[in-house]
Amino acid sequence: MWWLPAAVARDTFMPPAATEIASKVDDIYAFLLWGSLLSFIILIGGMIYFVWKYKRQTGSDKTAYITHNHTAEFLWSFIPFVVFMFAFAWGWIVYHEMRSFPDNALEVHVIGKKWDWRFLYKNGKEITTTFDSANKAQAPTMVVPLGRAVKLIMSSEKMNPKGDDPTDRPVLHSFFIPAFRVKQDVVPGRYTAIWFQADKLGEYQVFCTEFCGAQHYAMQAKVRVVSVADFEAWLSSEGNADLSLVDKGRALYASKACIGCHTLDGVRGVGPSFKGLFGKEEAMDDGKKIMVDENYLRESILDPQKTIVATYSKPSPMPPFAGQLSDDDLSAIIEFIKTVK
Amino acid sequence: MAHSNSPKSIYKILFALPVVVGILAVVKLMHPAVAIVIAVLAVILAVLDLILLKTDTSKHDYLHAGAGLYSWLSTLDHKRIGILYFVTVMIFFLVGGIFAMLIRTELFSVGATIMTAEQYSRAMTYHGAVMVFMVIIPGIPAFLGNFFLPLQIGAKDVAFPRLNLLSWYCLLAGSAVAFSSLLYGGADTGWTFYTPYSVQLRPAVVLMISGAFIIGFSSILTGLNFVATTHKLRAPGMTMNRIPLFVWALYSTALLQVLATPVLAITLALLAMENIFQIGFFDPALGGDPVLFQHFFWFYSHPAVYIMILPAFGVVSELIAAFSRKTIFGYTAIAYSSVAIAAVSFFVWGHHMFVSGQSEIAGVVFSALTMLVGVPTAIKLFNWLATLYKSSINLASPMLFAMGFMFLFTIGGVTGIFLATTALDVHFHDTYFVVAHFHYVMVGGTLMAIVGGIYYWFPKMFNKMIHEGLGQISFFFIFVGFNVTFFPQFVLGAMGMPRRYFDYLPEYQHLNRVSSLGSYMIGFGFVVALIAVIEALRSNRLAGPNPWGAKTLEWTIQSPPIHDNFEKTPIVTAGPYEYR
Repeated sequence: MWWLPAAVARDTFMPPAATEIASKVDDIYAFLLWGSLLSFIILIGGMIYFVWKYKRQTGSDKTAYITHNHTAEFLWSFIPFVVFMFAFAWGWIVYHEMRSFPDNALEVHVIGKKWDWRFLYKNGKEITTTFDSANKAQAPTMVVPLGRAVKLIMSSEKMNPKGDDPTDRPVLHSFFIPAFRVKQDVVPGRYTAIWFQADKLGEYQVFCTEFCGAQHYAMQAKVRVVSVADFEAWLSSEGNADLSLVDKGRALYASKACIGCHTLDGVRGVGPSFKGLFGKEEAMDDGKKIMVDENYLRESILDPQKTIVATYSKPSPMPPFAGQLSDDDLSAIIEFIKTVK
Repeated sequence: MAHSNSPKSIYKILFALPVVVGILAVVKLMHPAVAIVIAVLAVILAVLDLILLKTDTSKHDYLHAGAGLYSWLSTLDHKRIGILYFVTVMIFFLVGGIFAMLIRTELFSVGATIMTAEQYSRAMTYHGAVMVFMVIIPGIPAFLGNFFLPLQIGAKDVAFPRLNLLSWYCLLAGSAVAFSSLLYGGADTGWTFYTPYSVQLRPAVVLMISGAFIIGFSSILTGLNFVATTHKLRAPGMTMNRIPLFVWALYSTALLQVLATPVLAITLALLAMENIFQIGFFDPALGGDPVLFQHFFWFYSHPAVYIMILPAFGVVSELIAAFSRKTIFGYTAIAYSSVAIAAVSFFVWGHHMFVSGQSEIAGVVFSALTMLVGVPTAIKLFNWLATLYKSSINLASPMLFAMGFMFLFTIGGVTGIFLATTALDVHFHDTYFVVAHFHYVMVGGTLMAIVGGIYYWFPKMFNKMIHEGLGQISFFFIFVGFNVTFFPQFVLGAMGMPRRYFDYLPEYQHLNRVSSLGSYMIGFGFVVALIAVIEALRSNRLAGPNPWGAKTLEWTIQSPPIHDNFEKTPIVTAGPYEYR
């Protein structure tokens, strides 16, 4: 049994942890590994011992007549209960950290489609799959700075965003970075998000973990963690920084005539001013409160009638923009609104 | 052997049919899917015909109560319907097992080896759907349960014999519809049919879910029958505190079948409507919500997990009491913990959805409730262990399977706690860790119990003993092969390998090879088990009424039982496990 303690280390079988949260996840994992080993030894060790000890000797063996034992039954109900609740509470604490987004995170848009990932930075830089000279696909690599929180705003688009094939519709994906112990489904029709803060340089694997069709297995990407200086240099130098997301959003604000009803200076028009709109809490007719976040903005732009704040007229005079805006345009407008403070 | 005036045996024609349609399929005169459906049905009928036409009406038992294939296809006898399920489920298990072997063979090496990615996603879909809907769910209740529930409570039959027969035809019809999806290129969504992928104009998916829909009625009818039978047809003196634990398990399962399956039926109906008429329920492109489908689906499919495992608990309780010749420890605790698991199982579906986009608070509540399921499960394991204390253990092959069950189910159970812990599940969700976990529970648990149960009750069903050596060899290969196959998958999952992957990173190859080799061991073990069953049927090792010295009611009557089960209604004066 000498190998057991070595076999049950904190990160047995897990990929090396590259974030603080990953280390916290590994602590729970280690606790449960030890707990499992112990319960396995009690149950299966006990079973094997009894099978050996009480092997049938004759065809007419007498056996003990024991129907119950309150102490034993209480113990083997209560102790597992306490251990399970402990695991639950510990899991909750770390899960809560995973789901609590830091305010100053660097935001990157992640767009999944059959069967590819695409990364869009706020300055307009776009990372897609490339092909080397031997025509071999190179997985898209998201570059992030060391030691800084990164929030991924994720959405799903159709295979051919500009096409109008009715059978080509977005599907579920899931973004999984094993070394960071984070995973989140990418759901069509809305934004989902995860965050991480890498504290080790290196290149890490990304998988799609929600079945999305035959090439599901090929939907892979990489995350490269570099120093802050290298990141800034990379972000501004390489590639296609033609128009930042905010600039693109501002242009759309003018060209799509948002300007007619939504001011930027806080004066209420037919619709709400964009100034300070993002992150505001608004009340509905029934008193229900909602937070103006990316998903609420998305819904209000695509389908303005759906959820209208109490103080505005119903039905809303705003035309629906579903089908009028590409997913990227939509994200650009939302990013623009987020900057009007 | 056939009696002179019994109908003519047609099994030779039926056995020739698969060969004929096989040739037609090869020379492209028939679609392979049609050939598969015809071949499967023909083999089911042929096996029935072969075993059962050995009709000698001079004997008085259920096998000889009527002659000819028609007497089987129109039977209302719960024992015969149990045998019909036995043959059907065995053949579906073979089909699902072939898909499993194909998957493991493909994953033996990095890169495409024996199939394309498109074929792979179909193989994994049919493996899952066949094993879940056609093998594990009907496996114990409809086969062993049908046969032994009335016997164990001292009844002549189930409460609604005609519904019982109808349930078998539902399974058959549903399976035929499900397999006909192969005509349309085959379903490729996985057995979970996650939207919106599954609703985007896929005729094969419509047929597959229609099949599952019809099979659902088979499950509902069986459940209805068992609830009514348990309540109304117990023999005098057979109080609820004296029914065997297998009956308690079947009863809890039946409640789940009746209450949960309709939700699946509704969900699948919505899915079909969205697919055919493009009504937006689940696809955001049509105005629907894809996560809503996951809620609906798991609201059935999580209780379904207990539909699969609760009957196995029942079988294991019977085996442990009989082979340790000792009264079961904590009868009430085991009985009520089955009901408790069934009740709590309705409130844990969200633990499949921790990373689906549901709210944090939903995740936390579902995590806590899931932990609660662990408690009655632990209680059962400790009760079985305590039953072994100061007992007299006969390690015959059925008991080996019961011990194997405890071994594998303990591993399946503790890894369930890993997955119920929210922060850990974020990492493990949809990786091979989950695949390993549910195979340890479903296969390590339910299939071990089915095989153990078959070996245990075979002498009652056919008055023949299974060859002990063959029984032990099959246990060895199934048990060892199972661990070799699925334990490495825990490691792969922790390393991060996602499930439903046609191809994987080179660093995962070593463990995938180990896993594939293990799967061949399991396959071999099941072939030995099949040989053991056939060998026993042909042997002359007569079992007599009670070869194991067990105490439940079915062992007090002749083997095989007569058509009406009991010569006269038994009067019950004691509990089921009175080994003093």
